[in-house]
Amino acid sequence: MKLSALHQSYLNRRRSPLDSSADASSKSFLAVFWLVLHCLCCLISLLLGFRFSRLVFFFLVSTPSSTNLYSPPFRPDLPPPRTDLSPPNATAVEAKTSSSSSRVVVGRHGILIRPWPHPDPVEVMKAHRIIERVQREQKAVFGSGGKSSRAVIAVTPTYARTFQALHLNGVMHSLMLAPYAVVWIVVEAGGASNETASIIAKSGVRTIHVGFDQRMPNTWEDRGKVEVLMRLRALRVVKEEKLDGVVMFADDSNMHSMEFFDEIQNVKWFGAVSVGILAHSGNAEEMVMSMDKRREMVDEEEERSSLPVQGPACNATDKLIGWHVFNTLPYAGKSAVYIDDVAAVLPQKLEWCGFVLNSRILWDEAESKPEWVKEFGLLNENEGVESPLSLLNDPSMVEPLGSCGRQVLLWWLRVEARADSKFPPGWVIDPPLEITVAAKRTPWPDVPPEPPTKKKDQMSLSQGNNVVVIPKQQQQQQQQRSSKVRKPKRRSKRNKHEAKPTDTTTQVSASTKHHQERN
Amino acid sequence: MKLTSWVLIFLACNLAFSTISAFRLSRSQPTERISGSAGDVLDDNPVGRLKVFVYELPSKYNKKILQKDPRCLTHMFAAEIYMQRFLLSSPVRTLNPEEADWFYVPVYTTCDLTPNGLPLPFKSPRMMRSAIQLIASNWPYWNRTEGADHFFVVPHDFGACFHYQEEKAIGRGILPLLQRATLVQTFGQRNHVCLKEGSITVPPYAPPQKMQSHLIPGKTPRSIFVYFRGLFYDVGNDPEGGYYARGARAAVWENFKDNPLFDISTEHPTTYYEDMQRAIFCLCPLGWAPWSPRLVEAVIFGCIPVIIADDIVLPFADAIPWEDIGVFVDEKDVPYLDTILTSIPPEVILRKQRLLANPSMKQAMLFPQPAQPGDAFHQVLNGLARKLPHDRSVYLRAGEKLLNWTAGPVADLKPW
Repeated sequence: MKLSALHQSYLNRRRSPLDSSADASSKSFLAVFWLVLHCLCCLISLLLGFRFSRLVFFFLVSTPSSTNLYSPPFRPDLPPPRTDLSPPNATAVEAKTSSSSSRVVVGRHGILIRPWPHPDPVEVMKAHRIIERVQREQKAVFGSGGKSSRAVIAVTPTYARTFQALHLNGVMHSLMLAPYAVVWIVVEAGGASNETASIIAKSGVRTIHVGFDQRMPNTWEDRGKVEVLMRLRALRVVKEEKLDGVVMFADDSNMHSMEFFDEIQNVKWFGAVSVGILAHSGNAEEMVMSMDKRREMVDEEEERSSLPVQGPACNATDKLIGWHVFNTLPYAGKSAVYIDDVAAVLPQKLEWCGFVLNSRILWDEAESKPEWVKEFGLLNENEGVESPLSLLNDPSMVEPLGSCGRQVLLWWLRVEARADSKFPPGWVIDPPLEITVAAKRTPWPDVPPEPPTKKKDQMSLSQGNNVVVIPKQQQQQQQQRSSKVRKPKRRSKRNKHEAKPTDTTTQVSASTKHHQERN
Repeated sequence: MKLTSWVLIFLACNLAFSTISAFRLSRSQPTERISGSAGDVLDDNPVGRLKVFVYELPSKYNKKILQKDPRCLTHMFAAEIYMQRFLLSSPVRTLNPEEADWFYVPVYTTCDLTPNGLPLPFKSPRMMRSAIQLIASNWPYWNRTEGADHFFVVPHDFGACFHYQEEKAIGRGILPLLQRATLVQTFGQRNHVCLKEGSITVPPYAPPQKMQSHLIPGKTPRSIFVYFRGLFYDVGNDPEGGYYARGARAAVWENFKDNPLFDISTEHPTTYYEDMQRAIFCLCPLGWAPWSPRLVEAVIFGCIPVIIADDIVLPFADAIPWEDIGVFVDEKDVPYLDTILTSIPPEVILRKQRLLANPSMKQAMLFPQPAQPGDAFHQVLNGLARKLPHDRSVYLRAGEKLLNWTAGPVADLKPW
């Protein structure tokens, strides 16, 4: 079928010169000539197959150009040129063709392929920058329904301890990712320390580091009270500096979802969100037992669900009618009292982290503040401020956020290390650690020596002591090798530093020989 | 004193108008009004500016054909059917032909479909000729002007040339009887036989409800740089490439098939409309004809159209400044498409997106039922209104004959 189509179109094209010639004898000669040519082409196509014969004929007849396979088709098909051809760029609306020819030609064109048809990394990067710019614009326009977004003022009470770096980094990353202007007020119990300052300096957001003179006590109850005082201290900073935005309480061990930051932009004066309570106990067995107990409870009374959620409760018309509070009954008597107790840590009745407020509530001038808000400046801290509802005259005016508390937007968790746990200050190993592991003792001899922390764990099982001791004889050699000990820790760069570990192994083996000699 | 009060009133009115136009925006995205005369033309209301008389043709020219194949209502040539329905119930319609400025002949020439759904144009010249003979013999208005104040909707591939193959279409040329009439067609290419001077180019029909139902929230980030779904090689008719799309689509494939920025393929996913809304640029290359519904879809979904078709005439080119909205790439520049697109400054891209977000732009591309102000029907009427009043030369003197009723291939002269 395709063969016949080709020959048909071919014959069509050929017919016109045939018709135009007037001489009878030349007509017959031409007819014979074309017939012979036609038979020749048939034979060629039989031999070579359809595609190759077309290519052969194509190359025989047309004059190929070097770079472009474009061959001008047969002109008789086109109408005679119009005499009133206006210049190509007459109309202002269209006009892209070059001045050489404004007429597009019908027929076969070449497929233009550039010399190296592969992606150019420079172009790809430029395109990604364009995509980023477009997405930023989209966020600005559509993100918060077109309203201008308000700054997020995060209040974090903290103190220097083993798990501080873990918790604070988590909060920091959440705040860095939030697509809003962030002011981070970090209140530190025991005074502002360099530890905390060095952690929050990496955030890149505006931070206000406030020292609080009291030290953090050792029981959860007292800690809660001190945290309340620290938060009020931070709110006083907001009032004094007249910071404008939405105040949220980011306790350093909590986890926030990104939707939380989007949702709190909708608060008018005072809002509440649902908080997922992760009251964990360190003891696995106890967890299992409590899970079984909970299942028994559920079988007996299905209504009383132990949903670990704290937050606003709404009726069918989405009006605030009360509060969901964490059910502490299953944990009665078994909750942790001291900070490093291996038991469930229970939250307060209403945790501060579940509330957000418009910072203007705290300001002095009472111009647009609603009447159901107490004057913050007159608040007496010694009266025992338990939850942020004490800042209000009328707690029923709180706005429930997150589709009326149905969405859990953040999680409350309290995890702390043992009271006597030590950690290198700033998490930098300097002075050098006290234990080295001989390379020969490790199962993989061609790998740099295990970081001494592994040995630390092994020792703690036996001794229950997390302290690392350097025998004084090896201290000098350790100092020489301290730079090299640090690098092998980065396992991913093993290939690059392959030469170096072998050096350390030889050095370490020398030291073990040395060590053995002494022993 | 009086002058200042008038100035104040004038300023107040201006303020009122600007706020009113601000409220017209349906979505909260800041859009840009097309500055200059073109922007105002889009919002023109044709009602009261012209009168159209619709001929009552026997139903074998329209309704019966539609009954035989209801697929005509949903394919991309459905504009001819909806145009008639719109005109029948529009306020511009007049039942008195003496006061009409324009005459409309409702004949569905693109409704003879193959089992696959593609229209066969072989009988269309005869059908058109038969319709014209009918109106010429029953009403005096055709002979009065030999059709110069009549308009026809011919949405087929090459308009009134009535053929799907370009060479054959050029060979036939526009139907001789339509030489003086105004043609409303989708095909538009400069210096081409099948585009008559004074034709109105319209967009192809795209189903408005279907596109509306696939809208996604505007804040979904646009993460695809360039998007295209369609054929690169027409394997059935042109396996090696070179004829189809003048080799442009094949060039796009060969140059960019492994480029991560180009999401191009021949698969037709179910999320086609949603993907377009997640793309920044949508390619609209020519196919066998230079126009395609992709342009309409790109405008509706806010994706900047990249038009790869030399000398194309886009719909409503006198009302919509396509240069400001889309990107034009010559067919010979296709191998450098990535360089061209990445070298567009981001501010220009954002401006194009704002222009595309203008709801009047999107309305002008659609044929909604029932008709809404500012849609493609009204733009056609605007175009017709702009051609009024008719020139003196339109009306023939007594006995003057300009059309050749026996011109054209012999097969076309057979009665239908």
